[in-house]
Amino acid sequence: MNLSLLILLPLVTALVILFCNGLKQVRVAALVGSVAQLAVSVRLLLLYQAERTAGNRSPMLFESKQEWFSNLHINYHIGVDGISIAMILLTASVVVAGILVSWTMDKLSKEFFFLLILLSMGAYGFFISLDLFTLFFFLEVAVIPKFLLIGIWGSGKKEYSAMKLALMLMGGSALVFVGLMGVYYQTGSFDLMQIANTPIPLDVQKFFFPFAFLGFGIFAALFPFHTWVPDGHASAPTAASMFLAGISMKLGGYGCLRVATYLMPDAAHAYSWIIILLATIAIIYGAFATMMQTDLKYINAYSSVSHCGFVILGIGMLTRTSINGAVLQMVSHGLMTALFFAAIGMIYSRTHTRMVEQLGGLLKVMPFISTVFVIAGLCSLGLPGFSGFVAEMTVFMGSWQNPDGWYRFATILACASIVVTAVYILRAAGKTVMGPMDDHYATLTDATWNEKLAAAILIVGIVLIGVAPFLINQLIMPGTDTIMMQVGKAITQK
Amino acid sequence: MVTEFFILLKQELVITAIIFLLLFLKLGKDRSNESILTIVNFLLFVNLAAGFFGSQEGTIFHDMFRTNSLIVIEKNILNLAFWLISLQSYAWLRTHKHVIEFYLLLLTSLLGMFFMISSGNLLMFYLGLEMSTIPLAAAANFDLAKRQSSEAAMKMIISSAFSSGLLLFGISLVYGVSGTLLFAEIPAHLSADPLHILAFILFFSGIAFKISAVPFHLWTADVYEGAPVAVTSFLSVVSKGAVLFVLVPILYKAFQPLAGTWYNVLFVLALVTIIIGNLFAIRQNNLKRFLAFSSIAQVGFILVGISASSAAGMASVVFFILVYVFSNLAAFGVISLVSALAGKENVSDYKGFYATNPFLSWVITIALFSLAGVPPTAGFFGKFFLLIAGAAKGNYWLIGIAALNMVVSFYYYLRVVKAIFMDSNEQPISRIAVPVAPRLSLYICVAGIILTGLASFVYDYIYSLSYGL
Repeated sequence: MNLSLLILLPLVTALVILFCNGLKQVRVAALVGSVAQLAVSVRLLLLYQAERTAGNRSPMLFESKQEWFSNLHINYHIGVDGISIAMILLTASVVVAGILVSWTMDKLSKEFFFLLILLSMGAYGFFISLDLFTLFFFLEVAVIPKFLLIGIWGSGKKEYSAMKLALMLMGGSALVFVGLMGVYYQTGSFDLMQIANTPIPLDVQKFFFPFAFLGFGIFAALFPFHTWVPDGHASAPTAASMFLAGISMKLGGYGCLRVATYLMPDAAHAYSWIIILLATIAIIYGAFATMMQTDLKYINAYSSVSHCGFVILGIGMLTRTSINGAVLQMVSHGLMTALFFAAIGMIYSRTHTRMVEQLGGLLKVMPFISTVFVIAGLCSLGLPGFSGFVAEMTVFMGSWQNPDGWYRFATILACASIVVTAVYILRAAGKTVMGPMDDHYATLTDATWNEKLAAAILIVGIVLIGVAPFLINQLIMPGTDTIMMQVGKAITQK
Repeated sequence: MVTEFFILLKQELVITAIIFLLLFLKLGKDRSNESILTIVNFLLFVNLAAGFFGSQEGTIFHDMFRTNSLIVIEKNILNLAFWLISLQSYAWLRTHKHVIEFYLLLLTSLLGMFFMISSGNLLMFYLGLEMSTIPLAAAANFDLAKRQSSEAAMKMIISSAFSSGLLLFGISLVYGVSGTLLFAEIPAHLSADPLHILAFILFFSGIAFKISAVPFHLWTADVYEGAPVAVTSFLSVVSKGAVLFVLVPILYKAFQPLAGTWYNVLFVLALVTIIIGNLFAIRQNNLKRFLAFSSIAQVGFILVGISASSAAGMASVVFFILVYVFSNLAAFGVISLVSALAGKENVSDYKGFYATNPFLSWVITIALFSLAGVPPTAGFFGKFFLLIAGAAKGNYWLIGIAALNMVVSFYYYLRVVKAIFMDSNEQPISRIAVPVAPRLSLYICVAGIILTGLASFVYDYIYSLSYGL
């Protein structure tokens, strides 16, 4: 399969959108394009499984490589393993759901859908890149659409949030850039697979690893650089919130894993205590900060900080299971937060408030939306049967495998945060969905077909992972093994 | 000999011919501005196209004048920039009383730059530089009714006279210690002797004035603000680009024995220039002043590329200037239209601009993103290549600070984008009917911004002609 299709399809969709007129044409074009993309992603998954069952053991499949700037050793090199495919499927589902949710976006609709598609193109390109230059290129492509989406269509202090998000993410990519330069001049290559086979001296790794990890970490809401997350998510329009939490933050986690840890495993070992410390702080701080929030979007945004902490924690623990868990958590969190934001958006568009204390008893008038909201909440607090449980459980198990006493202490602390999560989720869900209802909510209507469809797509993903985790485990395992081999090499060298 | 003369001086001769044609046009019967502008723009296009044919390498006038494929490319870049500027100033010049004089001045300046770029001798270099500077000061005064415009001209002539003084002092010291002015012969006589270093420092200070590197940048903002937009864009793109084009071979060849010294000078200057340019750009409200400071910061990045002293460095500098031509001229094109047709130049005037002028809004937004270095625009590739070349020296701190400064610059570029797209305004700039000529130039600029980076052959071609220390 030609992977360039994954970039070309959104590009064509975006161009078609430019030539459409009016909301009706634009949204149909966007939907057709994104559904086609989802179909391509599923086909990619099937082809990948077929290759693996046929016994293909190479770390990356469907590779293709073309010279781009040969003088600087820059290639257009793409390929996928299970981890990237999981991310691509996640992206494709969130994009379809996001477009369905914004079905009635009538303010500058052409620009809106164009930017959404452009953002998704950046994500697809990022996940299939095997060349650091291309990877960096796509990482930054995705920043500008976020800025415009929040700034133009957002609510509240949107300009401030948009600017903060754009600057922090740009700062992150500046750090990544320095890290890439270091790796490039040490190994003379931008090629991910080639660099992985070139040993980098420990002191060089120790110098450049923090740049790369912190840089990507900012994208993944690494404490203390998480401050763009609450403002950005809360101010963004619904679809953009879904994209931000569901896709964009995953760029960071994926980069931490694939670039920082995979290429500089020795430094990852050396610094793992800092990573774990920051991740644990993020998890606990995020959970407690969520308790104090009264705005539904802020609740979900802060809980995202906490949940993304698990991703970082899993990467920092550097065991096979924990890294597996980190990937699972990325997928699970992506689906779950997207669903959560979608539900919040649906509630907000009807009640025109996101304040928990002003809401109540919504189950009576909008049973579907309320159910979706509760499902997202339960997944978030890690109820068995949903993806959240599987992912967090895997991270905890993997973390416990790390024999160091302090790391186990951190694991226990992280585990304990689940109790806090349960408190704020149940409180918010209980107050919003149950209880007495304000009279002027009595006339509100339930979800329309497009909202139902959007929620259904995401719920299918959540439940599928929750009930049959072996499916996705099987998918990402070979990818994790490749990374673990690299990490293992680092341990045995010592 | 004679044919060689004609072939090597081809680009200069074409410009001279155009200058004479314009003089005859001036002497002839009165024509409307529109017809003059059409003729000039056509001639400039012919001039640009002619640059791509029948080029040869060689030297004449006893090595005073040299040319090669890279120099031809550089001149073509300047020709392109000048043609685009000419198209963009259509709306402004249409009602101007002295159209032909305007072109005479700028073409003479361009001719001077061509001689400067081709110079193989410091004397020729100085002649070209002066020939390019003096007409520009007159052109800066071309908003005849505005006091600010004469002020700009005055500031420019004084500061360039001063910088020329420094430059001449440096050149005479070089001559004193080496006994020659030929680039090819100077290196044999230079060493790290304090006097030689002094000569270089004086010489470089003069150059730093011309490219407005900090701390010699103070004239830039005032002149850019006061001069007509067309002259401002000429100053910031063509004039700066020309000096940078010639600076690279002078440093790499003539001052090659002092490479250690000039590397340190460039290093410090680059850092200071980037930081100061950025910090001042943040506070500007007038768009021309804003672009003046942002262009100072851009020069800092170019200095990082030059300091690499490798083929990759040289290629990235030439490539970046090409990209800069497209990006800066797209921005100036919009500003020039708005300034000529709505009379507004401030960032705050642009609030709500998108509601009334979506096309111009997107053009200036893409241009600003390219200046900020955001993919997929060519500006991203330009900055990336400059920094990647600079990093080859192992100065990761310099690269790190430069990269963080890109974030700072991102802030002030986004500020303009925010005004255009997000801020509401009771009375936005009303809808502007864009004439054909500026529209064409904006299309070319946007196409250039999107394609020059993604299409790798542009950079590869420039790289194949570049050389290192």
